[in-house]
Amino acid sequence: MGETVLRVSNLNVFYKNRDRKLFSKADKKIQALKGVSFEMEEGQVLAIAGESGCGKSTLARAIVGINKDYTGEIYQKYDRPQMVFQDPYSSLNPAKKIGWLLEEPLRVDKTRKWTEEERKKRVEEIMEEIELPLSMLERYPSQLSGGQRQRVCIGIALMRSPKLLIADEPVSALDVTIQAQIMALLQNLHKKHGISIIFISHDLRVVYHISDYVMIMKDGCVVEKGKTDDVYRNPQADYTKELLNAAGIRA
Amino acid sequence: MKNNNWKKILKDPYLVAGGIITGLILLMIIVGFFWMPYEPTKMNAAEKLQGASLRHLMGTDNMGRDIFSRVMYGSRVTLMIAIGTIIIGAGVGTIIGAITGYYGGMLDEITMRVIDALFAFPSILLALVIVSVYGIGWVQLLVSLGIAFVPSFARIVRGEVLRCKNMDYVENARLQGVSDIRMIFVHILPNIKGVMASSILIGFNNAVLAEAGLSYLGVGSQPPYASLGRMLSDSQQYMTKSPSYVLGPGIIIVLMVLGFAFLGEGIRRWK
Repeated sequence: MGETVLRVSNLNVFYKNRDRKLFSKADKKIQALKGVSFEMEEGQVLAIAGESGCGKSTLARAIVGINKDYTGEIYQKYDRPQMVFQDPYSSLNPAKKIGWLLEEPLRVDKTRKWTEEERKKRVEEIMEEIELPLSMLERYPSQLSGGQRQRVCIGIALMRSPKLLIADEPVSALDVTIQAQIMALLQNLHKKHGISIIFISHDLRVVYHISDYVMIMKDGCVVEKGKTDDVYRNPQADYTKELLNAAGIRA
Repeated sequence: MKNNNWKKILKDPYLVAGGIITGLILLMIIVGFFWMPYEPTKMNAAEKLQGASLRHLMGTDNMGRDIFSRVMYGSRVTLMIAIGTIIIGAGVGTIIGAITGYYGGMLDEITMRVIDALFAFPSILLALVIVSVYGIGWVQLLVSLGIAFVPSFARIVRGEVLRCKNMDYVENARLQGVSDIRMIFVHILPNIKGVMASSILIGFNNAVLAEAGLSYLGVGSQPPYASLGRMLSDSQQYMTKSPSYVLGPGIIIVLMVLGFAFLGEGIRRWK
């Protein structure tokens, strides 16, 4: 504990302005994040909360390297952070079997060569972690339920034992009982392997259960950050209060 | 699982009809490799321009050659050229479409404009130009038809790749460190195989027709060897005298196209 796994300083992320017409005076780019800075220590669970369109996913995508158009600095102690996507129905390749999908991260691993048996063994380990029966390896994603798919997504992310996992609203597409199971799975993994997790959500109740630290965002800026308990008991910013009220946590 | 699939296939009238017609044509071609009623190039002056009979199923032509044997041989040639055309057209078209669709940007714009220019040409005319520049022969015919079929495949594949490349699973795979080439050919292409299968079958029809058309115009296979289009063009002057000469190759072309069209339609509606 204590060492920094991720430090983001003064991060600005841009998107192309698609509405812009040729020769018009409008800006070429839209700024989606404005000067975001935060630090994260090893083994923490950091939650990022805020309304839709406030830049939560943009931040996640910048950290894992999908958005490359940014200024500022992102320092990471380990490479290859992994990400679990929001919609389990589109984040698994429908043409491939579950077993194939799970093996793929090992097949393309450039740091070491995995033999056939090593891959099989690792897949079996992971299937146990994500609590799915081995018989599902032969199925296609379309034959699985949403919760099972999300487990597979988490499994794929875990294949090469990452130290940092970003979960981008992993439960918002699932119903409440399945949400609880997936949250429990994430918490287990966190405890067992000490993975640092960035948990992105718009649901403040879910955030409260899992996170040590929370960061509230609005319009591409960080509004408030701090220990989850402190922020929930004693919110400083008006926007945080508003969010807590809307979630029914504070009257 | 497997059983279910078979039941579904048997329930689809398009797939059944297409399968039966294509099966018959293929059977005829395969049998033709081992046995034909008569030598397709053997002339017989005593039996010129006969009508259909038990002795000659589709009659004989102006040189007394058995039309059924010639059709068996000719449909083999036509099928081979159509298959070759599709392999070249679909192969090159798929690679071009997938790469330009995936990378996008300037490369995509330029390639697609070139493809548009190719599209503006009628494909038969393009093939004619190539054949007249490089001479007559089945290799030239194959290459020219292949090039003529590249644009449509490139378009279709590009569109499908564009649809797939922004899906979450592509980004997910990229996070795992999958390279671009592997992404295109291992992750994205399997998702568009349904669309490709039906467009290959439709393209196959066009290839059969184009080959027949080119042979009819006299740039396909050369006499005395038969192809279906060649036979059609030879037979037109005897159309009124001996209709069975025209009908033989004509019916086989229609059946071939129809069978593959049904199969293509069935695959398109599959699911």
